[in-house]
Amino acid sequence: MSYYQVPIGPQHPAIKEAFQFNFILDGEVIVDVKPRLGFVHRGIEKGMELRTWVQGIFLAERICGICNVPHTTCYCLAVEKLYDIDVPERAKYLRIIINELNRIHSHLLWIGILGMELGFHTLFMYVWRDREKVMDLVEMISGNRVTPSMNCIGGVVYDITPEMIPIIKRNLDYLEERTKYYKSVLEEDPSIRARTVDVGVLSTEKALDLCAVGPTARASNVKSDVRFDDPYTLYDTIDFNLITYDTCDVWGRAMVRVDETLESISVVRQALDKMRPGPINVKVKRIPPVGEATARVEAPRGELLHYVKSDGKETPYRAKMRTPTMANIPSLCEMLKGYHIADIPAIVASIDPCYCCTERVIFIDPNRGEKWVWSYDELRNYSRKYYGVGV
Amino acid sequence: MPSILAWSRIRSPWILYMCTGACNACDIEVLAALAPKYDVERFGILLKGSPRHADVLIVTGAVSRQVAPRLKRIYEQMPDPKFVIAAGTCATSGGVYWGCYNVLGGIDKVIPVTMYVPGCPVRPEAVIDAVAKLIAKLKSG
Repeated sequence: MSYYQVPIGPQHPAIKEAFQFNFILDGEVIVDVKPRLGFVHRGIEKGMELRTWVQGIFLAERICGICNVPHTTCYCLAVEKLYDIDVPERAKYLRIIINELNRIHSHLLWIGILGMELGFHTLFMYVWRDREKVMDLVEMISGNRVTPSMNCIGGVVYDITPEMIPIIKRNLDYLEERTKYYKSVLEEDPSIRARTVDVGVLSTEKALDLCAVGPTARASNVKSDVRFDDPYTLYDTIDFNLITYDTCDVWGRAMVRVDETLESISVVRQALDKMRPGPINVKVKRIPPVGEATARVEAPRGELLHYVKSDGKETPYRAKMRTPTMANIPSLCEMLKGYHIADIPAIVASIDPCYCCTERVIFIDPNRGEKWVWSYDELRNYSRKYYGVGV
Repeated sequence: MPSILAWSRIRSPWILYMCTGACNACDIEVLAALAPKYDVERFGILLKGSPRHADVLIVTGAVSRQVAPRLKRIYEQMPDPKFVIAAGTCATSGGVYWGCYNVLGGIDKVIPVTMYVPGCPVRPEAVIDAVAKLIAKLKSG
């Protein structure tokens, strides 16, 4: 029996970002997967050290454009721990609202992408039409559709005025109705069920072993959500459910996300009702005191961790992030084994991969000798350019 | 024969789309331009998976050192005449990633660019504007 290798990527129709998989196949069946990361690696952690603390917010926002709000929230929470200040209550609720709007947009986006991966283009078009309602809300609050730049060290920048609240509630009502409809589509549509049920199974034990996070873990019946485990801002004052499914397959991951969208809509409504008038930020000194701090936030894709260290200078001494897609890649490789080539798009999409998040770290490949894809010339040119020697 | 080619190119430019190190925000905005609210498909634009089918390459993001040779190869695989749209501030100049060691800068460091669309992230309206201007440019020859 001979295996053959199919490289997919880095430019491919399924995922927008550059990423390469080497599939080892036995006929149609996947035997092994070798992912190759690093195409979108930009060196953001080092870049953080070149920027002031405030400029760091803008770079943190551009680690990932889809889950930009959790990134800035997490960075600001960590820096606020350095200052040891408490953010005003209204700012905490505003942070919850903007985080949950981000989650709604990210999950709806993902449902559309799943439809596209399954060849169900109609679903993609419908979901992306409805997603524009969230984008309109974010634009109304902050003036920008995707990156609201809402958080600052010590609070938030933009307030929600009383005139905005009826518009937000009206759009949320519309979204709730549509999301319920998409839930019924995912539950009942025979073509979706045929492509997703019992595909890409990740058992509860495996999910725990491989440290899966976010909806990927929750679809394998692992109760893990930072909003419950370690409530930040004021999530402990809000009543909502932790969604888990025990089907462990792609369908379960889709259902977790749909149900979470409904929960997020209810969280935004509660936060709007609980919000009292007051200040939205506190003034802080330009440079935080010496120390180090971490913060955890539940991003749409899972647990996000930011670490910052200050040595009393104008720029951070060190900044480090751990993002959810990176944590889910071992699980993804496990899920793919034993399924067919045709299942690849659905399974890869099911962890909601976001390589922009993942690739700010240097990925040291332990099997570099056998996996390295660069030709010798490319490697040589790179090293010469890097050290400034003429090519 | 050449007039049929030119006519079909104006009526239906096919696009290929590549992320060279963007933060994903431009990517979802370019995709939103293809979705129903903005709908660039009314200009006959179709998203394609292969560089060999494409007339227009839309690139988002600053070019990282790793992806630069791939970008060049994809550009070379496209049939002539080919057009490149740099979508977003990062694709135009490197943008917010100044000083990051693995970022080369704008995509014009690697391949020639027909049109720059600034914005962080680029708005779907700006993408539509760029496409309309590109089609006008094709019409005028």
